[in-house]
Amino acid sequence: MSDPLLQLEDIVVERGRRRILEVPSLDVLPNEVLAVVGPNGAGKSTLLRVIGQLERPSRGKVLFGGLPISGNPLPFRRRMALVFQEPLLLDTSVEGNVRSGLSLRGVPANERQRRVEEWTARFGISRLRRRSARTLSGGEAQRTSLARAMVLEPEILLLDEPFTSLDAPTRESLIDDLDAVLTTKRVATVFVTHDRTEALRLGDRIAVLMGGNVRQLGTAAEVFSSPVDSEVASFVGVETILPGRIRQLSAGLASVAVGDNTIEAATELQSGADVLVCLRPEDVIVSALADALPMSARNHLRATVKRVRPSGPYVRLELDAGFTLVAHITKQSLEELALSPGSNAVASFKATAVHLIPHRPG
Amino acid sequence: MDLIWDGVTEALRLIFSGDSYVYEVTFTSLLVSGSATLIALVLGLSIASFLAFRAPPGRTLALSAFNAGMALPPVAVGLLVSIMLWRTGPLGQLHLLYSRTAIVIAQAVIATPVVAALSTAALQGLNPNLRLQVLALGASRWQAALLLFREARISLLAAAMAGFGAAISEVGATIMVGGNIKGSTRTLTSAIVLEVGQGDFETAIALSFILLGVILVLVTLFTVLQQRRPPA
Repeated sequence: MSDPLLQLEDIVVERGRRRILEVPSLDVLPNEVLAVVGPNGAGKSTLLRVIGQLERPSRGKVLFGGLPISGNPLPFRRRMALVFQEPLLLDTSVEGNVRSGLSLRGVPANERQRRVEEWTARFGISRLRRRSARTLSGGEAQRTSLARAMVLEPEILLLDEPFTSLDAPTRESLIDDLDAVLTTKRVATVFVTHDRTEALRLGDRIAVLMGGNVRQLGTAAEVFSSPVDSEVASFVGVETILPGRIRQLSAGLASVAVGDNTIEAATELQSGADVLVCLRPEDVIVSALADALPMSARNHLRATVKRVRPSGPYVRLELDAGFTLVAHITKQSLEELALSPGSNAVASFKATAVHLIPHRPG
Repeated sequence: MDLIWDGVTEALRLIFSGDSYVYEVTFTSLLVSGSATLIALVLGLSIASFLAFRAPPGRTLALSAFNAGMALPPVAVGLLVSIMLWRTGPLGQLHLLYSRTAIVIAQAVIATPVVAALSTAALQGLNPNLRLQVLALGASRWQAALLLFREARISLLAAAMAGFGAAISEVGATIMVGGNIKGSTRTLTSAIVLEVGQGDFETAIALSFILLGVILVLVTLFTVLQQRRPPA
């Protein structure tokens, strides 16, 4: 693995007596997109401001290229670029905005012009160059803001929820464009978001920040399929989290007692361990009682449908299997299975879809 | 009405006949009030930047003081500056009493709270993240301040106009610290007071119209600057 481009060491940010952020260690690697996800108030923006040298931490240090940042932060700020949730454009033309950082950094006029032309084209705003920034739509303004950051050719790009205030189609198209830019340019990026889908889409690694602490750091697969605790599990979209105990263990397959039921799960934990059983709703297969059950699935639980609720492109089912189990199915499946509250069904899932988290019962 | 009409005609006569007295008091007014406004702008914008961007403890108290300062009685300021500049006062050795500089000091004391209070409100009205964004673009502190002044220029120019208005229309302190000396410290406002005192209402009205004209021209220039579309 290459040396980190940026390192945080023992960072603590306190406001009054409140500790906003506590990060003992966090690295940003060259060429990677590090997505920082977490709920509102988790300290994500503070983390970004500390990295961007816009806020001094109460303790700890930031190293850029292996060297600690101390004294005047301006030279380091000029090696980074930051895009906020709001476009925060200056009251001038689109071109004037895109050029502003280059002028501040003393880039020669010819080079400024070349870069402005390149980046306004990349973000599809060339035709808007002479327009006043005040007349732009939300999407156009955020494109201008992204172009204004990328035109600086930063060594580290910092993105603070740049898509949050956009409508869904605009957000999709802008994420596509940014994805293409990041794939081509491979600029090291720290991307803060509360949206798990955005993090999955753009992040090479994902850090889950909760209550000012990095609770988990890893690849998308690690974080989303093996959350370290119930809060992270809940945040990354695991809807079924049940307390249980490993009764038996045989060749990596555990029988876990959950209430009156037994669930089989692949695990490396020891027999007798108290655990939280985590199951993602998209991993639960729902069938009618008479259907042939999927053979490779180790778990089949008889259940009654408690609630049916449309949720975007799919339907969210709450099933009572002695405990509440959540499943996502398509609208077509709902119609074919003729499920409604009170219907009987079977919920199936693979032992490998179950994630066990060691847990001391409260 | 006749008196006012005669005043207007007299004003036009004085302007177009090249009356040296009128030009001299107008020049003195512009010089002292222009200088006082410049000083008030430098001090007021510095204070406003500090209060708006640094948010120091006691900011509300300081702002209350500057807001109250907008209603500072000019006569009280004149008295205070006079006492400071008296030969036996703390700044007596500078020998500034009854000079144009003394008027500049008094008018600057009157205009600074106006500029400071209105500019602080203008800068506080900006999106707080805009300063961070400008710094993140690579601005130094000075560059950031100038860019933010530019963003708040409409309100800041209004503050500048209010400061200039407070300075040029001021008379109590001007007479007290300047002495209303012909050829030196007589301004349009102090000249008007003198003419009224001497019963020469026609000249007083003429000078009033000239003062109004000067203010109108300057404020129009400021307003054009304020309403201009920002350069690309």
